[in-house]
Amino acid sequence: MTLQILLAISAILFAFGLAATLSRSNSIMILIGIELMLGAANLNFISFWRFSENPSDLVGIMFAIFSIAVAAAEAAVGLAIIILVHRRLKSVEADDANNLKG
Amino acid sequence: MTIALIPILPLLAAGVTALMKRGQRVPAATLVIAAQAASTVLSLLAFLQTLGAEGAHGEVARRYFNFPWLSIGSETLSLGLLLDPLGAGMVLMVSFVSLLIFIYSVGYMKEDANFTRFFCFLSLFSAAMLGVVLSNSLLLTFICWELVGLASYLLIGFWFHKPEAAAAAKKAFITTRIGDMGFLLGMLWLYSASGTLLFYDHGHGCLEQAALTAMATKTACVGLAVSNCIALLIFCGAAGKSGQFPLHVWLPDAMEGPTPVSALIHAATMVAAGVYLVARMFPIFSATGTVSVALTTVAWVGAFTALFAALIAVAQTDIKRILAYSTVSQLGFMMLALGVGSVTAAMVHLIAHAFFKALLFLGAGSVIHGVHEEQDIRNMGGLRKYMPVTFVTYAIGMMALCGVPFFFSGFWSKDEILHVAHQWPVSQLPFFMAVAAAFLTAFYMTRQMCYVFAGSYRGHAHPHESPAVMTVPLGILAGAAVLMSIPATPAWPWFHGYHNGEPITFDFARLFEHDFLTIAGLSVVIVAAGIGIGYFLYRQFAAVDPLARIWSSGFRTLANRFYVDEFYHATVVRALGLLGCLAAWIDRWILSGIVRLVGALSLAASSLSDLFDRFWINLGFDSICGGLRDGGQLASSWESGRVQGYLRFLSVGAVLLLIILGWLLT
Repeated sequence: MTLQILLAISAILFAFGLAATLSRSNSIMILIGIELMLGAANLNFISFWRFSENPSDLVGIMFAIFSIAVAAAEAAVGLAIIILVHRRLKSVEADDANNLKG
Repeated sequence: MTIALIPILPLLAAGVTALMKRGQRVPAATLVIAAQAASTVLSLLAFLQTLGAEGAHGEVARRYFNFPWLSIGSETLSLGLLLDPLGAGMVLMVSFVSLLIFIYSVGYMKEDANFTRFFCFLSLFSAAMLGVVLSNSLLLTFICWELVGLASYLLIGFWFHKPEAAAAAKKAFITTRIGDMGFLLGMLWLYSASGTLLFYDHGHGCLEQAALTAMATKTACVGLAVSNCIALLIFCGAAGKSGQFPLHVWLPDAMEGPTPVSALIHAATMVAAGVYLVARMFPIFSATGTVSVALTTVAWVGAFTALFAALIAVAQTDIKRILAYSTVSQLGFMMLALGVGSVTAAMVHLIAHAFFKALLFLGAGSVIHGVHEEQDIRNMGGLRKYMPVTFVTYAIGMMALCGVPFFFSGFWSKDEILHVAHQWPVSQLPFFMAVAAAFLTAFYMTRQMCYVFAGSYRGHAHPHESPAVMTVPLGILAGAAVLMSIPATPAWPWFHGYHNGEPITFDFARLFEHDFLTIAGLSVVIVAAGIGIGYFLYRQFAAVDPLARIWSSGFRTLANRFYVDEFYHATVVRALGLLGCLAAWIDRWILSGIVRLVGALSLAASSLSDLFDRFWINLGFDSICGGLRDGGQLASSWESGRVQGYLRFLSVGAVLLLIILGWLLT
């Protein structure tokens, strides 16, 4: 397992996440896409840390744990917003929530 | 190690089934059942391997292999698999009972639109449970434990379009999560106290002598040894999964799932996991002796739950709910056996109970199926004529559960528990609570039998016997419920010898020893009394329950399950609601107040600049403003209000930036 392979996996994961976020119209699917992109970023943290000069000082893994915690909070807030949007608009389609359009 | 395949095969089957289309019913069911059958065969082979194996130093034979999973700095977390008599008997039971339930589900779920998804979840459930049983590391146990929780959530809420089912799934998930919090804390503490989460690791595992002595001699707080604190925290998790008081509330509600799921949860998986965890961690529970604080707590909780749930079961009218409370009560018996120090008695009862409770649930499913989704026993009756196979197998299950003497497994396993509870040096009260619970068990099962099968039919559907794919598993389970009585008799204490690595001898005279005869005689009398009184009261159907006529307020309390749910609603739920209101209040008045203040300030500032504009700059700028407005409209047409549109611009911009950056760098 080399750094290049891990980075390639992470890039593919990120691309999947971005594609899902851009193309799906269901906001829950968009949230899942965002989670995929976050996972890819975490994978980058971990792999750069693993192949760094000094992997025993745990910086990378701490960063990843931080970002996992933030991602959990983000998912909770995101789902709460989706629930509120659904209550108001009876729909979770992202295109229906366009009250701010110019 | 082939035993790794036992959980992996159903897991793979679940994964493949998850990718199948809705219509692929036959391939999905075939794949899942084939994988489960293969892991049953492997379990049988693993079980046979443990039969002849001799352990070193007079211990039972344990085979395990560990591998590092995660290394962080200087710490390494290892996972591992373990095969020993405790796990081997269990793994065989889990895979076999699951297999029968899967086959039964083919008939039961035939008309369900989401048949494929159902089998995917079933397979995941069984894989997770097999993982719990075979794990040699508390961490792996915890991972599989949470997977069991997830699968139970998915299956209880399988008919999620019913609001009750969705609520029951949520309740099961959250209630067990409360217990799991304790489990997690106990696990962390165990890691910091012993430095490993492996159970057995050539003398370095957390269940081996060195670590146990260290944990038993250190004192944590109020005179409790560290081992007792850890054990109590882990017991929280076990109590959540195994439905012990006060975390039992989710189990009866879990009846909202399809009946095969109830059978799976109540017999082979989920609730058995808690009892098994305590049995597995027993060395920690008993590190400070066999009457340690942790074990005493387990015994009292178990005895109380056994009696409490048996009382509630007496007044229920839903065929599945009666069985659910009976499960809670029987789990109490198992916990009592563990608490008084007999792992063998608990495991014998666990395995015997798994067979006859799976039988009872599948029988109840067959009844529900036969009378067209009716679950209220008051609307049944006389089904003996319409469903003969179901009736006979159900009667066998009922007699095994009541502990009818000699040819039913429940008699021997329950007797063993009463026996060990009787010898407990701390108190005799749990023994008497267990005796009372045994009496009530016989009573409420007789009540249920009378309501469902005796008399004449009171409903409006046309009852019919279920197809062979459902009745054949019933027959096999009924056979197992009877055959399981052979290795559990004290005359041939096969289980005892097998679990403890002792030679097994046949001695008929043990049946006639004084203390065995006393307990057995007592248990025959209470079972006879329970069945007799039950039959006397319920032999003829009455619209008002005879017990309600005798003591209506007491009966109402029982029918309302001692108001535990209402109590939780009034305390925990209300407190959380108040917390939510407080948070909303802070949000609305304090945070939002700041926002409004800022808004008002900027409004004031802008009205100042408005005055300035209107009376000073407004001369000749109008044309420029017109141009600006047109430009603004053009710009605002980009603001489509579509979040994803913005994101598209954003990503294109990011890519452009990257290209420019790359170009600059080269």
